[in-house]
Amino acid sequence: MKTERIKTDILIIGGGTAGCYAAVTAAEDSDKRILICEKAHIKRSGCLAAGVNALNAYITEGRTPQDYADYCMKDAAGIAREDLLLTMSERLNSVTERLEKEGLVILKDENGRYVTRGNRNIKINGENIKPLLAGMAERLPNVSILNRVNITDLDVTDDRVNGAFGIGIENDTFYIIEAGAVLIATGGAAGLYKPNNPGFSRHKMWYCPFNTGAGYAMGIRHGAEMTTFEMRFIALRCKDTIAPTGTLAQGVGAKQVNSLGEVYEQKYGLTTSERVYGTVAENAAGRGPCFLRTKGITPEQEQSLLKAYLNMAPSQTLHWVESGELPGEYNVEIEGTEPYIVGGHTASGFWVDKDRASTIKGLYAAGDAAGGAPQKYVTGALAEGEIAAESMLRYLGGSSPRSIAEESIASHENEISRFLGSSGNSESPYTTEQLEEAMQTAMDSYAGGIKTNYRFSENSLDIADRRIAQLMTLSDSLRAGDMQELMYIYELRERLTVCRTVTAHLKARHETRWHCFAENSDYPERDDEHWKVFVNSRLVNGKTEIILRRVNAP
Amino acid sequence: MSIEINKSRCVGCGKCRDVCPGTLIALGSDRRAYIKYPRDCWGCTSCIKECPVYAIRFFLGADMGGTGGRLHTERDGDILRWITEKPDGTVTEIDVDTRESNKY
Repeated sequence: MKTERIKTDILIIGGGTAGCYAAVTAAEDSDKRILICEKAHIKRSGCLAAGVNALNAYITEGRTPQDYADYCMKDAAGIAREDLLLTMSERLNSVTERLEKEGLVILKDENGRYVTRGNRNIKINGENIKPLLAGMAERLPNVSILNRVNITDLDVTDDRVNGAFGIGIENDTFYIIEAGAVLIATGGAAGLYKPNNPGFSRHKMWYCPFNTGAGYAMGIRHGAEMTTFEMRFIALRCKDTIAPTGTLAQGVGAKQVNSLGEVYEQKYGLTTSERVYGTVAENAAGRGPCFLRTKGITPEQEQSLLKAYLNMAPSQTLHWVESGELPGEYNVEIEGTEPYIVGGHTASGFWVDKDRASTIKGLYAAGDAAGGAPQKYVTGALAEGEIAAESMLRYLGGSSPRSIAEESIASHENEISRFLGSSGNSESPYTTEQLEEAMQTAMDSYAGGIKTNYRFSENSLDIADRRIAQLMTLSDSLRAGDMQELMYIYELRERLTVCRTVTAHLKARHETRWHCFAENSDYPERDDEHWKVFVNSRLVNGKTEIILRRVNAP
Repeated sequence: MSIEINKSRCVGCGKCRDVCPGTLIALGSDRRAYIKYPRDCWGCTSCIKECPVYAIRFFLGADMGGTGGRLHTERDGDILRWITEKPDGTVTEIDVDTRESNKY
């Protein structure tokens, strides 16, 4: 294994939506050296690999950023940060215009105005949105990109970040990266719970399966304050393909109906979590399966839907075409996904200030990694990337990159050598894959997965936590044959770290504020008197300490 | 759900390997691409759009209701053509104009 030591002003971990845009902003606003480390390749990595067919966060004519923030606060039942939502919302339209200038196709009317879908969405052809963003970053001379370099840990001393460590998947290299400021743009966490299709198609999930909670785990490990991990995101999706449903619900006005053909969505409410809850409840009452009523749409609408899905979730179009069960003739069956932790949809993530600075000095978070601001979607992640980049430049001023101590380098190198089996320790009887499945089974059964209709109790969470702790110990003796297998060991350990924080948060909130997202059997009611608070946490000496913070506190 | 790569058509350019967001594709000692981790494919079809000789097909796993259809894309100027071949030989083509937005 080779060793490479790099110095940079700004290190961006993760070259997805927020990461690429942060790099572009920082590079255009300064002559600082910016380095993106991406574990795959920035051309198609992250959530936007297949594309996206609408921008879901846009301030349409007659609306204001305050309206968007109000909508998000309401959807989150009050547990969100208005300051973060407003600073994000103020930039939604300018980042959209920038993308259009770069070549993103946006639908316009005869007067040149964007055509809206509902109050907050605009229609695009977003199949190429990620190559477009990647191209913007690649063109800038002061942005360097290391593709296929997986960052495994931060270096933090006295609550200040000095850089990070990583592994080169294809070049057998140990990276030591010393930086002035670091941005966590690693996305959220999928693969914590047993997925909808646990067999051959286990990765046919809605959220990017390669987002393994790396950023959250690195922050947790170094004592960063995290927020709202109990507000899990469960999406209502097309059965089997787990493709998005908004295009059907908002695009052609398809209502949620049960197997008797009754529209049930009004009965349970229309917030994101209530739409999932209604479907779970109808199934539990024996009135499932549930559908989006597309039967009877016009042939033109059907053709447009086939195309729209090709631009974001081609498996759904393939399903329609190969089965012959086209949406004009057959309603589209829907189901809830397994829970994800994703700060671009719910409020989980790093506890940040308006600058997107975390509680560790020099460490910033944006996009799905940053907490407190749900419903970011693509444009919100871009806006946060921009905010974080501007803040990092202010933080850096004229200072130079920090240094990483030799003993920290040695201990990280030793850990890698141990996992690569070069230190002669006994090997585990298990594979990384087996421990991953064990983790997903434990979370599914005891921490509110699909199996229990997302319900959990204090007692079941205790079992989940014990199992996860055991799996973490077992993961110590895993061995990797190459750098990719080594990455899989680190990804498993990231997920286990995130799981422990999730169970601690679920246990801490003694109410059910969001159905399905946090369905607490011990406390099935919402309790505004005691629980209109943020549940935050910090890992202190190996224990998750819960911190309750008031909503709208200064 | 995953992909299959036609070895006799593959020219070993490595573009599919480079673009895969999961690092799931490798080049064999014969310099032909193969999917090393078929169960870990997300179905984003990035590799299919990159392949210069149309050697890659996307299919749905039987466990998610797949019925053996194979999907790939071909570029024709601004048109991205999506071609589905069913096991009975039926071919369906859907042309998406990359200059046009979605209607929904």
